[in-house]
Amino acid sequence: MAINWFKYSAPSTFYGLAGKLTPWFAWPAGLLFAAGLYIGFFVAPTDAIQSEAYRIIFIHVPASILSMFLYLILAGYAALGLIFKTRLSSMMASALAPTGALFAFISLWTGALWGKPMWGAWWVWDARLTSELILLFLYLGFIALQASIEDPRRADKASALLAIVGSVNVPIIYYSVQWWNTLHQGATIKMTGTSMHVAMQQGMFMVLAACWLYAIAVALTRVRSIILEREANTQWVKELQEVKQ
Amino acid sequence: MSMSEFFHMNGYAFYVWGSYGVTLLVLLIEIAMVRHRRQLALRQLRLMNESGDE
Amino acid sequence: MSRLSVFGLLGLVIRRDLLLAMRRRADVLTTLIFFVMVVSLFPLGVGPEPDMLRKMAGGVLWVAALLASMLSLPRMFSADHIDGTLEQMMLAPQSLTIMVLGKIVAHWMLSGLPLVLIAPVLGLQFDMPADAIGVLMLALLLGTPVLSMIGAVGAALTLGLRGGGVLVSLLVLPLTIPVLIFGAGAVEAVSGGMDAASNLSLLGAFLLFALVFSPFVAAQALRISME
Repeated sequence: MAINWFKYSAPSTFYGLAGKLTPWFAWPAGLLFAAGLYIGFFVAPTDAIQSEAYRIIFIHVPASILSMFLYLILAGYAALGLIFKTRLSSMMASALAPTGALFAFISLWTGALWGKPMWGAWWVWDARLTSELILLFLYLGFIALQASIEDPRRADKASALLAIVGSVNVPIIYYSVQWWNTLHQGATIKMTGTSMHVAMQQGMFMVLAACWLYAIAVALTRVRSIILEREANTQWVKELQEVKQ
Repeated sequence: MSMSEFFHMNGYAFYVWGSYGVTLLVLLIEIAMVRHRRQLALRQLRLMNESGDE
Repeated sequence: MSRLSVFGLLGLVIRRDLLLAMRRRADVLTTLIFFVMVVSLFPLGVGPEPDMLRKMAGGVLWVAALLASMLSLPRMFSADHIDGTLEQMMLAPQSLTIMVLGKIVAHWMLSGLPLVLIAPVLGLQFDMPADAIGVLMLALLLGTPVLSMIGAVGAALTLGLRGGGVLVSLLVLPLTIPVLIFGAGAVEAVSGGMDAASNLSLLGAFLLFALVFSPFVAAQALRISME
């Protein structure tokens, strides 16, 4: 089945596709959240050392993973928009940023609540938590820069450059913080033992998949709004059902 | 796990439910904000259309 | 106009920026005074206990250096942007990348270099031993140019925007964290009796990396901001 994918690189055609696809991501996301958390809470056993507190990982780890990957995807879309001058790519980057930032926040919040009973402090300068904090700053910088520039094209390109510079820096920042952490012998938040019970893995993967689907659904919805905002003066927008009513 | 055990989380209830509670809150707020943004955009477009027709 | 070599162009831009800055010496001095003031605030905040201050010294001086660099960043391009010189630079046949490099060097000479020179005085305030002060100066010498270079990209992206210095700081500070970690790490290593060579060589690597990429990236950022 030959689909002309390039047809969907125009905001006008993508708008409709995104609208149709969203429920296909949203509903499975909800189901997977429910299933994953069920396994995480009722099937996975109590941890020997961390007791019931370890159950926070079922949301902490997926949120961390998602925040990191969403940043890279954001930077990728932004780079595409910068290089090929495709408006939709830049819009996707803008659509992903708030979701990524919120997942970074969730990662930090759950990390703190996990750290307090385990290591005694609300904030532990663990390498991963510290890197996550810096990642949140990178997200906020991207959002702030976009918000500060009035001209949408300049905003797209400037924040794209920032995102690219940021993503090049992410590995450097990560390894610097790792090194800093070992030097100061800070705590390392880890699961006890290297082998995780099968149910724990299953639960976590399901929640991870749920987070991905959720993020896609939200990004698709948000990009539709961005398209409406940016393409307000075009004929096809004016002709839309939802606008004409 | 019984119901009361589930809520009590072996004493860690505050941390576990604090985590999941805030997470749920954040996700719900995000969904609400995304929908609100769409409503705003549509409202703006309808206004533009109306004033255009005059 | 005679053919300008790369170095000729560099020299021209640097000399011009330095000359213009000399006419507004206050700008350079305020950055320096800010640095000194911020450093002096820490003992006031945490207490004058010498052992603690000695341990904090490297970190405090580095954080102050980061903040002082951020403060002076908007100045890099704003004056030329306002009077139209920047536009001329972009239209000129000469390499914008080289001209940006010149501006970065001049900026560093006016904001980073003074910090390197005044660091010993502040180190003494924190009762730092001589070898630690030496390493601090070397680390600052390697690191402050990197701050100017990363900062140049930020300054170029935020050209003409409201929010000025604060917005640039928000964008640039996270990217300067590796410099902070290894710069302060160098001082800590030598204070603990160990060798600072690995920290310093990493700083050197950052310097080279930034030198190769940042003038070009900053020039692209300028083009984005100006079109």
